[in-house]
Amino acid sequence: MSTPSATTPSRWRALTQHHLFWPVAVLIALLLVNVPFTPDFFAIRMTDGHLYGSLVSIVLFGSPLILVAVGMTLVIATGGIDLSVGAVVAITGALTCSYISDQADQSALAGVFLAVGIGLVAAVVCGLWNGFLVARMGIQPIIATLIIMVAGRGVAQLITDGQIITINSEPYKLIGGGYWLTLPFSIFIVAAVVAVTVALTRRTALGLLVESVGGNAEASRLVGIRSMRIKIMVYMFCALCAGIAGLMISSNTSAADGNNAGLWIELDAILAVVIGGTSLLGGRFSIGGTVIGALVIQTLTTTIYTIGVPTQTNLVFKAVVVIVVCLLQSPKFRAKVFGAKGRARTTAPAEPATPADAAPKMEVSR
Amino acid sequence: MAEPRPVLEMTGIVKEFPGVRALSGVDFRLFPGEIHALMGENGAGKSTLIKVLTGVHPLDGGTVTLDGKAVRIGSPLEAQHAGVSTVYQEVNLCPNLSVAENIFIGREPTRAGRIQWKQVRTQAAEMVDRLGLDIDVTAPLSAYPLAVQQLIAIVRSVGHGDSDGEGSGTKVLVLDEPTSSLDRDEVLELFRLMRQLRDEGVAILFVSHFLDQIYEICDRMTVLRNGTLVGEHMVADLDQVQLIELMIGKALDQLEGLHEHQLRSDVGETLVKAEGLGRTGGIAPFDLEIKKGEVLGLAGLLGSGRTELARLLFGADQPDSGKVTIAGKQVSMSAPNDAIGAGVAFCSENRKTEGLVLDLTVRENIILALQASRGWTRPIPASQRDELVAKYIKALDIRPANPEARVGQLSGGNQQKVLLARWLITQPKLLILDEPTRGIDVGAKAEIQKLVVSLSEDGMSVLYIAAELEEVLRLSHTIGVLRDRKLVAQLTNGPEITTSKILETIASGEHQ
Amino acid sequence: MSATTKTRTAAEGRTASKPAQASAATRLLGDRRLPVLVTVGLFLAMYIAGISRYQNYGFGEPQVFLNLFIDNGYLLVAAVGATLVIMSGGIDLSVGSVIGFTTMFTAWLVEEQGLPLLLVIPLALGVGAFGGFLMGYVIHNFEIQPFIVTLAGLFLFRGLCLVISKESISISNSTVSSMAQTRVSLGLGELSIGALVALVVVAAAFYILHYTRFGRRVYAIGGNEQSALLMGLPLGGTKIAVYTVSGFCSALAGLLFILFIQSGDPLHGIGMELDAIAAVVIGGTLLTGGSGYVLGTLFGVLVLGLIKTIISFEGTLSSWWTKIATGVLLGAFILIQRAMTARKQT
Repeated sequence: MSTPSATTPSRWRALTQHHLFWPVAVLIALLLVNVPFTPDFFAIRMTDGHLYGSLVSIVLFGSPLILVAVGMTLVIATGGIDLSVGAVVAITGALTCSYISDQADQSALAGVFLAVGIGLVAAVVCGLWNGFLVARMGIQPIIATLIIMVAGRGVAQLITDGQIITINSEPYKLIGGGYWLTLPFSIFIVAAVVAVTVALTRRTALGLLVESVGGNAEASRLVGIRSMRIKIMVYMFCALCAGIAGLMISSNTSAADGNNAGLWIELDAILAVVIGGTSLLGGRFSIGGTVIGALVIQTLTTTIYTIGVPTQTNLVFKAVVVIVVCLLQSPKFRAKVFGAKGRARTTAPAEPATPADAAPKMEVSR
Repeated sequence: MAEPRPVLEMTGIVKEFPGVRALSGVDFRLFPGEIHALMGENGAGKSTLIKVLTGVHPLDGGTVTLDGKAVRIGSPLEAQHAGVSTVYQEVNLCPNLSVAENIFIGREPTRAGRIQWKQVRTQAAEMVDRLGLDIDVTAPLSAYPLAVQQLIAIVRSVGHGDSDGEGSGTKVLVLDEPTSSLDRDEVLELFRLMRQLRDEGVAILFVSHFLDQIYEICDRMTVLRNGTLVGEHMVADLDQVQLIELMIGKALDQLEGLHEHQLRSDVGETLVKAEGLGRTGGIAPFDLEIKKGEVLGLAGLLGSGRTELARLLFGADQPDSGKVTIAGKQVSMSAPNDAIGAGVAFCSENRKTEGLVLDLTVRENIILALQASRGWTRPIPASQRDELVAKYIKALDIRPANPEARVGQLSGGNQQKVLLARWLITQPKLLILDEPTRGIDVGAKAEIQKLVVSLSEDGMSVLYIAAELEEVLRLSHTIGVLRDRKLVAQLTNGPEITTSKILETIASGEHQ
Repeated sequence: MSATTKTRTAAEGRTASKPAQASAATRLLGDRRLPVLVTVGLFLAMYIAGISRYQNYGFGEPQVFLNLFIDNGYLLVAAVGATLVIMSGGIDLSVGSVIGFTTMFTAWLVEEQGLPLLLVIPLALGVGAFGGFLMGYVIHNFEIQPFIVTLAGLFLFRGLCLVISKESISISNSTVSSMAQTRVSLGLGELSIGALVALVVVAAAFYILHYTRFGRRVYAIGGNEQSALLMGLPLGGTKIAVYTVSGFCSALAGLLFILFIQSGDPLHGIGMELDAIAAVVIGGTLLTGGSGYVLGTLFGVLVLGLIKTIISFEGTLSSWWTKIATGVLLGAFILIQRAMTARKQT
């Protein structure tokens, strides 16, 4: 093992080696693509005391995805995955809207708060169930979270009675469709959730323990980390984020659609996490990277709109992005395509210990 | 005895890994109808040689001749076709399939693409029967205990040539530590099968850490040390003490005199007391006492149960029997947390897989144990954390002295120091070090040994495991001797204790 | 030799008694067929309950039973493909999208490009199989998790649907409609072509899994990939073939879906991968691979179909109960599987 060379690395190299470099570069490139088609793409104008502009709407439309992806980041960092977030989005929206729609005065603050509370509690309960199955019962995360993914939409439709519940509640509208201090209110929610997540993970030791559990489960056990608690907590947090996203989506449309709310958001969220540089194998994670990853996905959608490519190709582009990002993360692909050079500049995981050596004991320790 | 032509001849085998020459010019030969032991300490190159022979590793130099023909073995499959079959310690069969299918999979008799199940079953039953085993071939493999699965793996290996017409059947059977988790009866059954195959003319290469088994079953042995050939001997011509001398590379009387020790003799009261602690398949129940400020060294060959003993004292494996008292209080030892709570720390010999989180930085790895004990809600304040980390990086001379460096990029010795630092900041009462000096350079080795002495002087108890006896002898107040997964003796260090004395104890299995 | 014989007798008693030693209960729990039997029992219980409850509404008619095959033939075919993938230890999320794509692709070629059906059918099947092949190739050669690769497949095929057209294309081709309406009489009732094809696929899959080396390799790889490799089985080829078969089955399911619904629609088959996976799991296949039966999958699909039938007979129950019931059953079966594997590990 060679220690990092002592030569003074150039600024540029330090920059390109930063873990956020590639996601940010992709984001900027995507934004720039828009400029020839919409020259005032970066312009932000003030109308009726509200700020409008492409950048604002990218963040606005991307808000639910950012929320879900931030929660997903922590789950993936522990080496797990949560497929149920889309269903949780639907359940939360359905529960909250149906409660509000039952109120005599839909705009009464107390009722709205209670409704939001009910919705979020339901979300957290879903997360608890996932966490219980994964951490306590030891079921593979993909499988454990599949249960709510399948049943959850049915539950959401049960709550809304198969209808699309529309509500008319001013305070509730604020969450996903309102403005505050000239900006969409949901941007503040996202900022708050991201800030809380960063604080929760980096101001406490949670982030370190999560990375340790995801990076080396056996070493974490031998160092005395109670990984079961941490995993359950992370799944609950992820579901809470999905719940907030559910509120936002239903608030934005003033309606709860059990069938379509949050459809495929789990896949987009996983994609955002991967683009943001967090390895699906677990370990090191980056909330900032995830936010950028989510913005990349939203920008991609917007860009496809503005440059006039038929919007339906969006999914094809997304598929290409998934494959390219995953291939770039695959050590085998890098070895095959870039040769030894590719291995030297490992971006995401620093060569995980090869788990499958043919025979159990390797006598040559390097 | 007129020597027939060897069935396998490996000449001048060279195998290199980045930075390490695992095998340098090793010669090895195997005769039909013999059981041949491959002996050597940890790192001698036994596994590498086997992996070269079975096609897992490509060789970097030398030739392999099978039945007089030079061969190049590129994969396990090619090895099988050439007549070299291997059974590993961990049974490599599919537990979800039937016994018959495990014997035949990949070469089932077919007619027009359709597997002839009847034929599979009758042929499998015949093969099992011919080898004198009583196994229901239609039962799923998982219905049988590991020992029987191992026998089935052997049936698969030797049955290879019988059915597919390719090659002339198994000429060489490699058994890589097949006995490590078998009990006595199971070992006997395995030996019976081995003898039968030997009598049928199969050449068997046998690797085991149990000296008794070598002397019980083997006809001839080849001893390796540091990747070179030490010698080939008939088992009957070499007694156990001579064998160990060959394996570690020093004559016993030559070791005398190296021994100087000025260890502190005033160790304190009992800190840890284990009574009847044991685990099936790990280590036989043992009693052990460790006093405050004492260094207890464990001596024994690889696989003698050193690590297993340490893991039980840390709760890394759950014991089946016995109890542990630490500082007068009984500790349940059902999980590492229990031991950590009682002040035990454990640096695993596998620092990459069981110790460090390679993806994290030096700083994060160092504070991990302390942080785990505090829980996630009470992070160590940044200033205190940086101070602690800086202190230990300096004290242990971890290089590069950059707390932000990824641990995966450090050298082995520095990784070991990070692991040590991690536990030292928790100020444990008992520090368990499993092979802390393995695979690290001489300088770092000396530093770690010095550290152990000073920790013990400060009143910390240390359980020290090392492959090198001199190391154990130099550091320990008491030496626990292990052999064949038993703690056979506890020697109080003193002028009369020498490495040869310890070796004799290992070889004879009792304290004389 | 005397020592040999002596130890042999000692050992004989030991090894012979081992499998028999287990009590009847644990032996039953350990039997790999148990989950399938549970599923069959569940199906029978549901069916009998249905007959007793809706006797007067004709639930007991043989045709109601046969309709399960007619209404779920496409799902059965897709689930058979998913069974193979899951048995090998992988997963395929692209099933629903490939189904949707096949309906669009076929409808577009037949209706808008005017190609003959006989040419379009092999073309559609070929595209599905090729898609599966590509995914398998990437999974094996670049060691990327199947979950992610087939997720990309999900996006890609759904995207390609939309690229063909955002609108649904109805199929008025006379061959298609006559095939869709063809019923084969079985005496007690009748089956559609789709149902017959599905049954043939089940039979073929059964034969392949149990009577060919390829099928056994699928089991072996799912049981222990590392061992399969060391036993000298061709890992890569088998894995790639499994995904290719799954892609083929999805495309075939798409064709059957066209017979069923006679249109191509970019939204066809959304979430059908979940139904397929659920049917496989309820049918007793271990999601970790290596254990399961294609006949179990058949009953898994029948159970899901029966839920829909009962809900439609009930009248007052709404369609979402299907999803909830599926999810609850899925959860129950996952927990049963967990209990079984946990017991085996100890």
